[in-house]
Amino acid sequence: MVRPETVETISLLDQPAANNGTAGAQLAVRDNNTTGRFLDQSFSLEAMKLADEADPATVVTQFADRGVSFVLADLPAQALLRAADVGRERGLVFFNIAATDDRLRQEDCRANVIHVAPSRAMLADGLGQYLAWKRWRRWLLVLGSHEPDKLYAAAFRRAAVRFGAKVVQERVFEDTGGARRTDTGLVQIQSQIALFTQSAPAYDVLVAADESQVFAPYLPYRTSEPKLVAGSAGLVPSSWDAAHDQWGAIQLQNRFGRMFSRRMTALDMQAWTAVRMVGEAVGRTQSTDAAKTFAYIKSADFALAAFKGRKLTVRDWDLQLRQPILLGDGRIVVSVSPQEGFLHQYSELDTLGFDRPETQCHLQ
Amino acid sequence: MWLRLLLVVTSMALTEMALTDEAGAYTAYVSNERSNTVSVIDTNKWEVVKTIKVGQRPRGIAHTKDQKYVLVAVGDDDTIQIIDTATNQVIGTLPSGPDPELFVEAPDGKTLYVANEDDNTVTIIDIPSRAQIGDIQVGVEPEGMGISPDGNVLVNTSETTNMAHFIDTSTRKVVASVLVDARPRFAAFKQDGSELWVSSEVGGTVSVIDPVKHAVRQKIEFKITGMRPEPIQPVGINMTRDGKTGFVALGPANHVAVVDGATHQVVKYLLVGQRVWHMAFTPDEKYLLTTNGVSNDVSVIDVASLKVINTIQVGQLPWGITISQQ
Repeated sequence: MVRPETVETISLLDQPAANNGTAGAQLAVRDNNTTGRFLDQSFSLEAMKLADEADPATVVTQFADRGVSFVLADLPAQALLRAADVGRERGLVFFNIAATDDRLRQEDCRANVIHVAPSRAMLADGLGQYLAWKRWRRWLLVLGSHEPDKLYAAAFRRAAVRFGAKVVQERVFEDTGGARRTDTGLVQIQSQIALFTQSAPAYDVLVAADESQVFAPYLPYRTSEPKLVAGSAGLVPSSWDAAHDQWGAIQLQNRFGRMFSRRMTALDMQAWTAVRMVGEAVGRTQSTDAAKTFAYIKSADFALAAFKGRKLTVRDWDLQLRQPILLGDGRIVVSVSPQEGFLHQYSELDTLGFDRPETQCHLQ
Repeated sequence: MWLRLLLVVTSMALTEMALTDEAGAYTAYVSNERSNTVSVIDTNKWEVVKTIKVGQRPRGIAHTKDQKYVLVAVGDDDTIQIIDTATNQVIGTLPSGPDPELFVEAPDGKTLYVANEDDNTVTIIDIPSRAQIGDIQVGVEPEGMGISPDGNVLVNTSETTNMAHFIDTSTRKVVASVLVDARPRFAAFKQDGSELWVSSEVGGTVSVIDPVKHAVRQKIEFKITGMRPEPIQPVGINMTRDGKTGFVALGPANHVAVVDGATHQVVKYLLVGQRVWHMAFTPDEKYLLTTNGVSNDVSVIDVASLKVINTIQVGQLPWGITISQQ
């Protein structure tokens, strides 16, 4: 299930391809089928685009009627919850490949939704650990005026507390509307950003929360003082980076590039991972029974290799996939969190996001 | 014509060298993935005596059966280079497929099987004519390569498919595929052919496989006091000729596990350099050398006392290692 809206981005380079996400799923289906040849298993995929404001319930019912077991959802939080609740009665299992909302892993968690996308808390913690490791502890937090920006800012505030950083001040960049692209816009932006960031208390790094792509990419090189930018621009935390080539990732990047003639995005990787999770579980259990597959994915025996230097497993308290967070500057991967020294009694990956003792999730 | 003449000359030179060498001195070749070099180590002095420039991203490295050459897979150049062990110079290439990583030679020394990570195939090369003579379709990202002592069974592990593929070398067909834990990196037969060991880097285990029944007989697990399970990532496996002891390199755990060949229990963990991946015995099995990628060095393990006795600095990101039999 693919989200409907068109995405506006400041940089042309960030314009998503029409097959963003589905391409990753297609490659994973091919990878699963290469393995499936040896196990007499085959996988198929079908993409369904939802019309604007359409009720996902209709599509979910159609899927269920046709015997579909697993659904990859590229949907905003509210639509995902609606789909999951309708699908639950029909035994459908959803892989959330897009929504980063923490509430989906906390108070609004669902027993039939596995979160492959990292949460905002995980992304913010991944960045926060690195900034703490660098001892860049004074953050100027700049957030957008849209709801997702506020949620992302909340995740950064939480990360600051967790890793001993201090938000020295917060500023809100109001979205006053207007086009992302104009013919002579740069002249104005240059002075606007300088003005917006001046007279701040002393800080080490400007942390931007701008999921709506209104201002963050304008920040680097334009701040009043010469400062580093991180968050929604500059050093960006994500589940995947088009430049990531460690731990064998180059092979996946090459396969993807040959198949689609473009670079692999985080959404592509999240979709790839979800399909591979199903493939891995079906292969291990030697069963196409959906309930068995789902139970195996949730079990302690499940582990997925996904080119991030360690196995990915599923948190049993909220069904979030444990995963390292990549920090990219738009050209290369600068670092990968968890950072050295952030210890945990069970898995260092649980230093990212909401850990078992903090969970508000009651799976049902 | 000219090339053949050259080969004869070099093999003569090698014989002469062997005669003048001190007893017990062997030559180890270490591929340095980042430096694009191969370090040549004298095992008498435990020091690097030469550094050979090779192609881009050298990884898998091994002597030919006749000891005349060292083959090194240079993945980013999509080829395998041939180093003459008499002159320690690159004298030619073998036509592997794209991005070769690990390879294994048939016991007769004529055929080379190469895992090509990038296109799900194993390439078959005729060494004397330096020509590709076939390929075999396997799983996603083929990596580890092992061959049974009689040369009849080739084993390839595929990293994303998570299987060990058993290939009949006469028909070149996959006859069985055995699921192992995540990201299998390396496959090694016991010398008597009774067991196949396959390491799973991300799964953190070594599967002991019955090569006749094609079934996992036992899984070797590793536990190092005070260490989280995640950095324990088994890669290289070397077993003594008598099959009594196996050594498993544990990657970023910076340890080599010593495993009892009969019970498959870990008897000791040896601290070596950082991110240890591949290993090689000296021919007398007195020493085991390990490549430690992150610390840019090679550790020397005394096999009898199970102690690390020396460390040798090599190039950047040492990856594979092979030691001459003479």
